[in-house]
Amino acid sequence: MQLLGIIISLLGGGVLALIVGRQSAAASRWLSLVSLAVASVFYASLWFDTTDPQATSLWLLHMDWPWIARFGIHLLLVTDGLSLVLIGLTLVLGYVALLSAWHEINHRCGLFYLNFLFTLAGVVGVFSALDLFLFFVFWEVMLVPMFLIIAIWGHEGRRYAATKFFIYTQASSLLMLAAMVGLVLLNLQQTEVWSFSWFTLTQTDTSGSLGMWLMLGFYLAFLVKLPGLPVHNWLPDAHTQAPTPGSILLAGILLKTGAYGLLRFVWPLFPDAASSFAPMAMGLGVFSVLYAAKLAFAQNDLKRLIAYTSISHMGFVSLGIFAWNHLGLQGTVMQMVGHGLSSAGLFAIAGLLQQRLHTRDLDKMGGLWGQMPKLAALSMLFAVAALGLPGLANFIGEFMVLVGVFQVAPWAASMAALGMILAPVYALIIMQKGFFGTAASTQTAGTSNVLDLNTSELLMLGVLVVGLVLLGFWPNLIFTITVAPVEYLMHLGKGG
Amino acid sequence: MQQLWLIPCLPLVGFLLLVLGHGRCSRSVARLVGVGSVAMAGLVTLWVALDFYSAGAAQSYQVQLWPWFNAGTLEVSFGLYLDGLSLSMLFVITGVGSLIHWYASGYMWQDPDYQRFFAYMNLFVAAMLTLVLADNLVLLFLGWEGVGLCSFLLIGFWHQDPANGYAARKAFVVTRVGDTAFAIGLFLLFRELGTLDLPTIMALAPEQFVMGANRPTLIAALLLAGAVGKSAQLPLHTWLPDAMAGPTPVSALIHAATMVTAGVYLIARTHEVFLQAPDVLLVVALIGLFTLLISGFTALNQTDIKRVLAYSTMSQIGYMFFALGVGAWNESVFHLMTHALFKALLFMTAGSIILAMHHEQDIRSMGGLRRQLPVPFWCFVIGSACLVALPPTSGFFSKEAILIASWQLPGYGPWLWLGGVLGAFITAMYSFRLLFMVFFGPQKAHPHEPKGWQFHPPLMILGALSLVAGWFVLPTATVLPASPAGHPPTWTIVVAIAMPLLGIGIAYKVYVRHQWQGLRFVQWQKLRQFLFQGWGFDGMYKRLLLTPFTTLAQVNRNDMIDGLPKLLIQLSRFLHGLFSQLQNGQLRFYIATLASAAIIVLALALKVL
Repeated sequence: MQLLGIIISLLGGGVLALIVGRQSAAASRWLSLVSLAVASVFYASLWFDTTDPQATSLWLLHMDWPWIARFGIHLLLVTDGLSLVLIGLTLVLGYVALLSAWHEINHRCGLFYLNFLFTLAGVVGVFSALDLFLFFVFWEVMLVPMFLIIAIWGHEGRRYAATKFFIYTQASSLLMLAAMVGLVLLNLQQTEVWSFSWFTLTQTDTSGSLGMWLMLGFYLAFLVKLPGLPVHNWLPDAHTQAPTPGSILLAGILLKTGAYGLLRFVWPLFPDAASSFAPMAMGLGVFSVLYAAKLAFAQNDLKRLIAYTSISHMGFVSLGIFAWNHLGLQGTVMQMVGHGLSSAGLFAIAGLLQQRLHTRDLDKMGGLWGQMPKLAALSMLFAVAALGLPGLANFIGEFMVLVGVFQVAPWAASMAALGMILAPVYALIIMQKGFFGTAASTQTAGTSNVLDLNTSELLMLGVLVVGLVLLGFWPNLIFTITVAPVEYLMHLGKGG
Repeated sequence: MQQLWLIPCLPLVGFLLLVLGHGRCSRSVARLVGVGSVAMAGLVTLWVALDFYSAGAAQSYQVQLWPWFNAGTLEVSFGLYLDGLSLSMLFVITGVGSLIHWYASGYMWQDPDYQRFFAYMNLFVAAMLTLVLADNLVLLFLGWEGVGLCSFLLIGFWHQDPANGYAARKAFVVTRVGDTAFAIGLFLLFRELGTLDLPTIMALAPEQFVMGANRPTLIAALLLAGAVGKSAQLPLHTWLPDAMAGPTPVSALIHAATMVTAGVYLIARTHEVFLQAPDVLLVVALIGLFTLLISGFTALNQTDIKRVLAYSTMSQIGYMFFALGVGAWNESVFHLMTHALFKALLFMTAGSIILAMHHEQDIRSMGGLRRQLPVPFWCFVIGSACLVALPPTSGFFSKEAILIASWQLPGYGPWLWLGGVLGAFITAMYSFRLLFMVFFGPQKAHPHEPKGWQFHPPLMILGALSLVAGWFVLPTATVLPASPAGHPPTWTIVVAIAMPLLGIGIAYKVYVRHQWQGLRFVQWQKLRQFLFQGWGFDGMYKRLLLTPFTTLAQVNRNDMIDGLPKLLIQLSRFLHGLFSQLQNGQLRFYIATLASAAIIVLALALKVL
């Protein structure tokens, strides 16, 4: 019930925000906050249920209502530790994105919060639906509002970016739909039962060449979302043009749905195809890490730079998943959470800078350390989190992924480790161009007083900092929850 | 030993207090926290040392604080490990560290960012202490990267000048090259031995590895690459001279006494692995030897007082690597300790001179300072005497032991010894060139020396320690293997003592008497330029790595893969153009196409039927 509670409170909150938004923008903001809070209460009760000593089973919550009985489609919402962690991340970043929207979004507020909360609801659904058809519905639910957020509240090049985003994700989810139907038909052929349930379909024998094609359909859809090379092109544009809350949602959560899909669907459904495809996928992962890092270094648009760093970090996720061993998978989960927090922080910083300086161009910044010491210190923290400094969450993820990959593919791990050299090259260039030196002449001409962070902004970034440090020192907080699901997935992905 | 965790924790608490209280507490409070936390850590170290010695020195302690992460077979914890080697490092870090903090509290007093400075310094000390106390290589790596971060922050401390930011980034990225090799070494070590716990590795390495086989050799080579980066040895040494952009106490603490010796510590800590890879050990010795010679020659041509000392530091760490390579493990750590004392002394004295000269660092504008600055002068004399290893200063004991051990090495021994002695000669040349140019000759400026309880006492204490440290005994012998036994011929010792004296004599002739000017290579400007720029390493890296990378990055800034979707757009536009021509509104065209299509379809139909 709690899962449905989370989703409905978000969807309902969205609709209400639209209605009250016609009268008052402030009301729609507060309403969104309330609906997030209600969702969090549901989440907390889910958490308490699961830490109940009786409920130590792998599947924490099972909700199964028939929906379209003709085709065996159910409203099947299930969580395990993996979903629990990712839904938690979604809600935390929901608050952060909401705080960043608070002052930035000033027109058509009601509609904005409708889209905002619908996106969150879609993501929560994606992380908990284990009926493939329902999963696909949520997949679309999170896509369309995100498209609108970019297209309506974005920056100067928003129309091109939004269209590109839409076409990429829509075309790839069409492939996924086709592969899904193919898989269901394959299962029908083998068992003569219509079923979209993940639990049934993981039992399907997918070892033939058809299995490979179906796997590729899923893989491509998730690779686009992740994103990995060579289908990453929508991301730099979408990230750059989206408003700050949009960028935070995109980088922090939406990308994770791609990684989640690879973990939850690609390997368990197609173990044989996935393992024979693994070298290729790891190669693409290495390529992503290095190529995107090099691209990030060359950017002077701050948000575009951060966008490319996301691609580079998601390369590690690709690697960890396709190593398919305990270290690689646990590392992947941590990398997802760590990247969610650090990239949200960096995008929030970019948004704050744009509000203050009216530019995202790093070449036009400079000397901000003297003007905004707090902002500078936090930027430094997020930058070093992104470059994988030990003591922060991202390091644990990267390190474990690389150790895990090294067990199966030493060369891939060694090549990807070169990303450790490129990471400071792109992360510290932000500090160099933005914060070192003296104030650029163009920058303060219009804005006489560039302000340091205020309390609500400190709160927004502080949440992320606490998360990064906490998980950097006590990553077992997450690992103890995810160890059982990861083992189960590994068992399914072993193949037969 | 229960209080061991306090040692890294105290500076960390100091850092947190300084950060959270930013802008809310006065300078004297910041000073109290910043200096006090490190001094307290020093006191706790003494307390721990008393326990350690009273329990008999031939032992080690492992304290588990809390599990860090475990997945699959990898188990990593926050655990501390104390033995003779880490205790020796603790002495150096907290002892020299406290004195440098004390000195810095006066040196930085005028700086508007006083509190931020001490926050970074405390974080550095905490990270460095974690590095030496770690009981596993991942925690060691945390300290390792932590000190790198603090080095970045402190080199770029004066952020108003973008050049400082550049130097800081260079330091971080160049050392990160080594760190990456180190990390790959860890992956390989884990794959081979299934653990990253240091005591277990030390126990397993001799059993599991075949001496000289590929795996230990590769692991040792990767660890060595990490050590080379951190310790500014060839070929990853180029960051250290630029790192002098930071405040002088930073150079004394990080870039002379502690962080740059982390590489030496790493090799000593993992010596069991290196012992299984004799080829790599020879490489360690050669890297040390080449670094000490090359940076010695470079130091001889520098004009910035801090850059002379920076090259000198590289050169002395070269001696430590040299010692590790020839099997003089204990002697290497001993030299690490004496060097930390006298190089910190030299840097802090240089700091006093720089303040007195109103931030002038060029030694050509100094001269004759010995009368105006008597305390710095005598401190500098002591430091230089230690540096060139004049008996009976501490430097003599440590360097002499290394040279003796190198002679004993079977095979290449005497050749290595010769290189080491040549290095001692050059060391004497450049150190006394510096001393003579700064303190002798005609007076060129009017210095105003900073005085007071923050300046002279730490210098004097360090000076006294540098003089007597030769008689200290470090508890490393129980951890590290002994150096090759035997006695070299007496003449080698005579030569080793005579060489520095010869170097000083020549320096006196050239830089005080102004004779033998040919030795300054005045006629060969190109050679001087080459030496001045550190043998062209920077230029080489720029041409080979930097320029290709930045060019590639700039050329492909807009991501050529983005051309694919753009191509798709072009294609559909083209097809759109093509097909829209069919829809031209001319009736005769429609009839003609309709008729011809009908004929084709009919013809096909007939053929099929």
